[in-house]
Amino acid sequence: MVAQNVFFGILALVMGVSAIRVVTVKNVVHAALYLVLVFAGVAGIFILLAAEFLAVVQVLVYIGAILVLFLFGTMLTRAPIGRTPDLDNPAGQRGLSALVALALFGFLGAILVDAFSDSKVEPTGVVTSSDVALSIFQDYVIPFEVISILLTAALIGAVVIARRD
Amino acid sequence: MYLTQFLLLAAFLFCVGIYGVIARKNAVLVLMSIELILNSVNINLVALGAWRGFEEQIIASVFSLFIIAVAAAEVGVGLAIVLLIYRNRQSVDLSQVAEMKG
Repeated sequence: MVAQNVFFGILALVMGVSAIRVVTVKNVVHAALYLVLVFAGVAGIFILLAAEFLAVVQVLVYIGAILVLFLFGTMLTRAPIGRTPDLDNPAGQRGLSALVALALFGFLGAILVDAFSDSKVEPTGVVTSSDVALSIFQDYVIPFEVISILLTAALIGAVVIARRD
Repeated sequence: MYLTQFLLLAAFLFCVGIYGVIARKNAVLVLMSIELILNSVNINLVALGAWRGFEEQIIASVFSLFIIAVAAAEVGVGLAIVLLIYRNRQSVDLSQVAEMKG
């Protein structure tokens, strides 16, 4: 239990700092690299919660695919590689958005602490890939097929939108 | 481990993502902030599933997989649209894409 809490603390610290860096740093490529740290931290949290298949998928899809997509997007929109001053809105709007985010965190945190303050998480078993596969192909076949159609449609849509004609 | 520590971490990531969506004006960085928000939702789902019991833990994994698939589709289409905006205006500054503003 103690080891899990120490591990959680390290992960939470790294994720919090890198998440803040993602939204404040003045360099698009650095923001993408900090995003890698956040995604890896989320994978670690999944392992803490005994969802091993999800952790592997998180690394494969987010760090492997989505990050590469972001770097491609950065490259194709010719974002300058060094520091750029014009990534953020004016200071007034930044202050307002910080206010919105802080207020939201305050309210959410108060509600969550009030509702769940004495609940403990003790994962009773590791969710293996065979558990996930059985659940998908017995109970959630139709959502799975819908997701497949959605992914195909999104891929074709992306190609149609982005191609030069 | 307490449930609140996971929920508070997810809420923090969510709020940082909200800040990024409002405060950034580069379209690629706004999409990155949206990814932060989607990840925080996944943490929430898995933590609440682990709190409820083993059956719900499996269901939470399945739902999170669906969310990851939707997120991948969203990033693909979103970056295609950003690319089109760049091709038409030579910039991805969202404050210049304001034709719909009244």
